Amino acid sequence: MPPKVNHGAGACPLPHTGTETVLLGHGSGGRLSEELLREVFLPAFKNPYLEKLNDQAIVPAAGESLAFTTDSFVVDPLFFPGGDIGSLAIHGTVNDLAVGGARPLYLSAAFILEEGLPMAHLKTIVASMQAACLASGVALVTGDTKVVDRGKGDGVFITTSGVGALKKNRAISVERARPGDKILLSGSIGDHGIAILSVREGIEFETRLTSDSAPLVSPIGRVLAVSDHVHCLRDPTRGGVSSTLNEIARASGVGIEIDEGRIPIHPEVRGACELLGLDPLYVANEGKFIAVVAAEDADRALEALMGDPLGRSAALIGEVVEDNPGRVVLRSRIGGRRVVQMLAGEQLPRIC
Amino acid sequence: MKYIDEYRDEKIARTLLQQIAGRLTREWVVMEVCGGQTHTIVKYGIDRMLPEGVRVVHGPGCPVCVTPLEKIDQAIAIAQLRDVIFCSFGDMMRVPGSETDLHRVKAGGGDVRVVYSPLDALTLARENPAKRVVFFAVGFETTAPANAFAAWQARQEGMQNFFMLVSHVRVPPALSAVLTAPDNRVQGFLAAGHVCAVMGTREYEPLAEQYHVPIVPTGFEPLDLLEGIDRVVRQLEAGEARVENQYTRVVTPDGNRAAQERIFSVFEICDQTWRGIGEIPASGFRLKNDFAAHDAAAAFDIAAIAPSESSRCMSGDILQGRKTPADCPAFGNECTPGNPLGATMVSSEGACAAFYHFGRHEKPASETPREG
Repeated sequence: MPPKVNHGAGACPLPHTGTETVLLGHGSGGRLSEELLREVFLPAFKNPYLEKLNDQAIVPAAGESLAFTTDSFVVDPLFFPGGDIGSLAIHGTVNDLAVGGARPLYLSAAFILEEGLPMAHLKTIVASMQAACLASGVALVTGDTKVVDRGKGDGVFITTSGVGALKKNRAISVERARPGDKILLSGSIGDHGIAILSVREGIEFETRLTSDSAPLVSPIGRVLAVSDHVHCLRDPTRGGVSSTLNEIARASGVGIEIDEGRIPIHPEVRGACELLGLDPLYVANEGKFIAVVAAEDADRALEALMGDPLGRSAALIGEVVEDNPGRVVLRSRIGGRRVVQMLAGEQLPRIC
Repeated sequence: MKYIDEYRDEKIARTLLQQIAGRLTREWVVMEVCGGQTHTIVKYGIDRMLPEGVRVVHGPGCPVCVTPLEKIDQAIAIAQLRDVIFCSFGDMMRVPGSETDLHRVKAGGGDVRVVYSPLDALTLARENPAKRVVFFAVGFETTAPANAFAAWQARQEGMQNFFMLVSHVRVPPALSAVLTAPDNRVQGFLAAGHVCAVMGTREYEPLAEQYHVPIVPTGFEPLDLLEGIDRVVRQLEAGEARVENQYTRVVTPDGNRAAQERIFSVFEICDQTWRGIGEIPASGFRLKNDFAAHDAAAAFDIAAIAPSESSRCMSGDILQGRKTPADCPAFGNECTPGNPLGATMVSSEGACAAFYHFGRHEKPASETPREG
């Protein structure tokens, strides 16, 4: 139950409904906005930078280079097995920084709330953001809230931005894959997309499918600790593993060959994909990354990765080649070969 | 994964490929009838692994591809009406009509819903008594039982606001049409396993005999297809021509009697136009007179709609195995899944979409399968 709030002379002409739901007034910039800030957001993310409640946060620059990113989250449903829009909004931005080789430091969060959203839902989302920040080692230092009319939003939209610090000589980038490099995948594919789909479409499986939404700071840190020759890091979110590999192949002007049989995938996810006619190579992940590593470091990097709880089922799935620049070629389970393309159109609408 | 990996075993695949190669004394052309088979063949690279003497060509078995343009235009006209909720399977949404498609009708404010079953449409009709709910009943014998059941249930309940726009097709007459075409080159068929699961295999026996052509119903896993091809080739080399069931774990000679009874209690056989191919006698189902109250063709003023087909699409030749998607100058250029000129580029079961999805518009330097 949300705490009782004493409404004085309201700053907004609102019926006295308590705060069981989000009201348009919560986005008005008035008293209700302040209440929301003081009672929901501040307790969760309290830190010296946010507390000042300035329009911006002034933070010490902790590294030689700064990484900066932003992402919006519009997931339907808001709550799903293994996470919710809140944890996803933190993990997504944290991971975008981590795959740049940066140590994520500070985040902002902008909320677009729909009038009528149960306050309890918002509090649950904020609590999971709080937990995700803690697990990722980041502080949420600035934010904003708007409320839109009922029917003009979808409960909650969240935009998070983040900055991270990295060593100046660290050059991890999508165009740095070279022939001979090995391709590592940090774990099983498709968990997030299928978990979302099973909830949204009311498809039930014998085993519960759980989103893999997680911060990748720790497993990426382990890889970077043992190799100075990590050429690309990417998290295969929307568009899945095939789209990410295609981006790397195109940007680097190299070919990529992968082996279908080596790609880790949970039997439940595979079963669901078989049933629904989906290709798991195109299904979204929220807690996995692909590392393109120089051949001489590949075994060491894989071993380090497998030492992390989030990398236990990591695998070497293929290599970078000179042939077919810009293309990803997959060796099928029966030994045939086919080109794996970028996702053409939406396979699953609006995953995140 | 159990019951899947057994049918994707690389060693067995290689053995089957060797077995097929060992049988060949001349060249053969085999048609896989069903779009699901096409999808598997292209996805696993089977056509590129086969020995040179056997060629697979893709058949007319994609319901999305063969639904006549006229029906698509009728669906679009109905879906634009304000008092209508139009229900369709997902992959009919982007099939191009003469002017537009259902997806654009929806974006323009039409109430078009993607459903997974005709029974979902029935539920919508119950929940929305002030609306007319129209279900686009397309497909082969596989979707016919559930669609028949929906019409039967609507009549049972005396529903006034549930209608079906029916465009149902039957496989056996289409095989006759392929075989009797003057430039036919197909010598054996991999028949559609799931159609046969409903209808059984007996109705294919007269075809095998009359046209002296081997017909092998197969499953949809790579080893199913390879085994099916092996059996067709064995028959062809031996001069045999009979129905030989590869998909025994699902298909029986009599099929599913209960499903057949439901189909024929609601539908009757009619002549049917196939997009890209033309009219094939006795190749469709339509609602019987008893179900006229639920027939969208009678309830809506759509008879006068005159379709016009894109002249740049050669899907008719592709659906009859005369050409492959790579033969089409528009393939992968003007015509892509994002902007399909013809229906074969829309459904994942359409030959053009399957070819596109698995990268066949891009020619890798090393096209030959790697041995070992």
